[in-house]
Amino acid sequence: MIKNKEKKNLGIYLHIPFCVKKCHYCDFLSAPADEDTKERYVKALKKEIFLYREDLKENIISTIFLGGGTPSLLKEKEIKELLDAIFEAYFVEEGAEITIEANPETLTKEKLKVYKRSGINRLSMGLQSTEEEQLKRLGRIHTYEKFLESYAFAREVGFENINVDLMSALPFQTKEEWEETLRKIVNLNPKPEHISAYSLIIEEGTKFFNIKEQLSFPDEEEDRQMYWKTKEFLEREGYHRYEISNYALPEKESRHNQIYWTLGEYLGLGLGAASYRNESRFKNTENLQEYFAFFENNMIKEPSEFQKEVHILSKEEKMEEFMFLGLRRMKGISEKRFLNLFQKDIMEVYGEKIEKGVQIGVLWRKDGRIGLTERGVDVSNMVLAEFLL
Amino acid sequence: MAIIDQSKIRNFCIIAHIDHGKSTLADRIIERTGLLTDREMQAQVLDNMDLERERGITIKAQAVRTVYKAQDGEEYIFNLIDTPGHVDFNYEVSRSLAACDGAVLVVDAAQGIEAQTLANVYLALDHDLDVFPVINKIDLPSAEPERVIEEIEDIIGLEAQDAPLISAKTGLNIDQVLEQIVSKIPAPKGDAKAPLKALIFDSVYDSYKGVIVFFRVKEGTLRAGTKVKMMATGAVEEVVEVGYFGAGQMIPCEELSAGMVGYLTASIKNVKDTLVGDTITDAENPCKEPLPGYKKVNPMVYCGLYPADGAKYSDLRDALEKLQLNDAALQFEPETSVALGFGFRCGFLGLLHLEIIQERLEREYNLDLVTTAPGVIYRVHKIDGEMIELTNPSNLPDPAEIEYMEEPMVEAEIMVTTEFIGSIMDLCQERRGIYHGMEYIETTRALLKYDLPLNEIIYDFFDALKSRSRGYASFDYEMKGYVKSDLVKLDILINREEVDALSFIVFSGTAYERGRKMCEKLKDEIPRHLFEIPIQAAIGSKVIARETIKAMRKDVLAKCYGGDISRKRKLLEKQKEGKKRMRQIGNVEIPQKAFMSVLKLDDKK
Repeated sequence: MIKNKEKKNLGIYLHIPFCVKKCHYCDFLSAPADEDTKERYVKALKKEIFLYREDLKENIISTIFLGGGTPSLLKEKEIKELLDAIFEAYFVEEGAEITIEANPETLTKEKLKVYKRSGINRLSMGLQSTEEEQLKRLGRIHTYEKFLESYAFAREVGFENINVDLMSALPFQTKEEWEETLRKIVNLNPKPEHISAYSLIIEEGTKFFNIKEQLSFPDEEEDRQMYWKTKEFLEREGYHRYEISNYALPEKESRHNQIYWTLGEYLGLGLGAASYRNESRFKNTENLQEYFAFFENNMIKEPSEFQKEVHILSKEEKMEEFMFLGLRRMKGISEKRFLNLFQKDIMEVYGEKIEKGVQIGVLWRKDGRIGLTERGVDVSNMVLAEFLL
Repeated sequence: MAIIDQSKIRNFCIIAHIDHGKSTLADRIIERTGLLTDREMQAQVLDNMDLERERGITIKAQAVRTVYKAQDGEEYIFNLIDTPGHVDFNYEVSRSLAACDGAVLVVDAAQGIEAQTLANVYLALDHDLDVFPVINKIDLPSAEPERVIEEIEDIIGLEAQDAPLISAKTGLNIDQVLEQIVSKIPAPKGDAKAPLKALIFDSVYDSYKGVIVFFRVKEGTLRAGTKVKMMATGAVEEVVEVGYFGAGQMIPCEELSAGMVGYLTASIKNVKDTLVGDTITDAENPCKEPLPGYKKVNPMVYCGLYPADGAKYSDLRDALEKLQLNDAALQFEPETSVALGFGFRCGFLGLLHLEIIQERLEREYNLDLVTTAPGVIYRVHKIDGEMIELTNPSNLPDPAEIEYMEEPMVEAEIMVTTEFIGSIMDLCQERRGIYHGMEYIETTRALLKYDLPLNEIIYDFFDALKSRSRGYASFDYEMKGYVKSDLVKLDILINREEVDALSFIVFSGTAYERGRKMCEKLKDEIPRHLFEIPIQAAIGSKVIARETIKAMRKDVLAKCYGGDISRKRKLLEKQKEGKKRMRQIGNVEIPQKAFMSVLKLDDKK
């Protein structure tokens, strides 16, 4: 690993679009696939990594995130090959945060050891619920018991930074049941350094969407009570909420996700992966066959030949994104950073919106920063939309 | 131009129920007879039409002159006079008919006689027109020409055995129609040497030529240079040009004499000077009496039109002024609403007329409009003896000053298949209809006669009629007059603030029901806010219905996954877009379409 202060920081996201089976709420780009497809995919992905070698000469990689899908579905040696490729092709910062998402069912002690050896230092486990009935209803493939086993293995092989994904507002879920889930998780020994707790959102095209009439969901009021319970409960346990739905023990915030919220640059590799670099947003194809076609012959020489939906952000769009992404963080946005980025006083651009937001109690403004109040968090969509120019 | 023999002229129109094929037949007739005209001229005709379209004149010529070489070897001049096809324009229809000597009645071979068929035939017979039927759409699998022929003979009493069986779509048997126009429609009469007497049946405004007046000469002769007088308005003008319409193109000619149909221009600046139904005469040699039947058309339906963007007020005024140049029935005057700002109270012939104007303002003048609930003209009789014609609910005097109120009634005829008689009678009952009898047209169909308050039919009556008869009922009406009625003003309060633009006048017996539905509707239309919003319907200070829009508790974006920001952005943009079309009233943002809510208090069934 090479350290270089002159170089520009960059996050790398690697998309693994495979899973054992689709969960009932999931609308991400992911599907079951046979061994052959997965092997082909890893090969193609490695080619994509190397295609950016020249392009990333001036960058230093500060975070790597293997997301999906279920990255842990791949063979451990494939994960290692992918990381090796990254280390070979790019400059990775010493102490970079390297995360892999894992489904508890797919983890073994052996896999975890290899992850550790490959440089992975953060594990994100998709648990969602501790109740077996809920897990089944969600279409999860693992049990809570299996999670406990995998969690113990992860600690055993030395993972000191573990995130657990949880979901509230599940069908038929009560506040008591949700509290029970939280209690079980913080009682793990040692407890996870990071917890993501999202409310379930029913997205079109999912199984839940099709059968939603047969399910009974907590109403908005209960949903909010669960949300505020989460905050209160986890804060008592030493976590702090640093983003609307993310909680961490001190110093354990996810660095990778914060890149997204602070207009930092990141490169997405793999099927359908999204990127933001040099003021421009772009995406890879979401069609697997097309993806293979790009990288299986050696026709392509330049990343620009396969990047899609390339869009250079205008100054206004950049301001908008600075606001609607930045406000997701509980510490809010810095007025000074706005000035530095745009050479404009934030009040000149958003004064009216900010004053109104403060007046109706959805925003706070203090010590050169602006953020969402608790009421603002509840209706964040509405508040954030105001910052579109 | 050669002198035309009056006996070789046929002035006629085509009458039909909506969708029975009137315009398709008109197109076919023009096409068949147009073949005799020069090819080059045809090309020019089309160019001219485009130009006219750009200038905003009615694209369809109101009267087309074509030449038909009949089987008897003679050439006949056909003047096909177009009639508007909606009850809103009944008066214009009657004037168009008065310009004709005969009419072709088109009846759909599958559907048979409908309410408008009857209404139009009776109107034509009232004007002493010779009517002959043609059966259209006989190419449809469901066509039953024999049944329809029988219907025409039994119900209307027209000889129909030799009615041409045609398909205007495919052109089948159009020749028979052309021959019957020659043989069954009489040639015009009238003395070309008598003092000038011509009937105005339409007029359009053209920015180059001024008003173009369409007329039929009944007596005398009209030529360029004649100083003409409009007998009702008293306007006197010197004719600049006379001519006729050759398949859409204006063709000037020297003169038009008794029996002929054509146009004149005379640098007239406003169609208000050339009202439909008025008589044109020679100012220096006037006729003794005008032609009968002139009446001034008055608006029947009023509503408020406001620019969605307050800054566009003067644009809206300019647009309305331009439209009025061409539409003497459109009226407007400025008004102010607390909720909507500056706008106009506009009067229309009916709901269709309203919709047409609204659409033209939006499409041709690029205006984004907020329209308030349409209402009729109520007569308010005050205790002090004064009578007010009320067009805006906000102007209703204090109830203590009112002795009584009146509302306009119409005579309606509804034709319906027997299986739906019950549900249509229920509908008329709910709309305060007074039953006047029923006639069986044949064993499966009946004609229902009702008197209905106009304000009950300007809302969703037509839709309700269609839905309760699965589309089989047809409907026609005409104004009857005013009757005394128990009416109240219903106010709507949103977050305890009265919204003037949502007030409307309603029959007291249905006020509770309408108020309740209105609150329910507004509850659906107004998005949730950060605070709770009460919606109340009130008569005076008495609240008769209430709904509450709960405060927004939760509106949270999903996980920001894998850095796909554009997806989140789209979501937020959608939300923002919705907000743009809102009106701020107090602290509440009300979507513009909510102001039309009263129109959509859905029929229950």
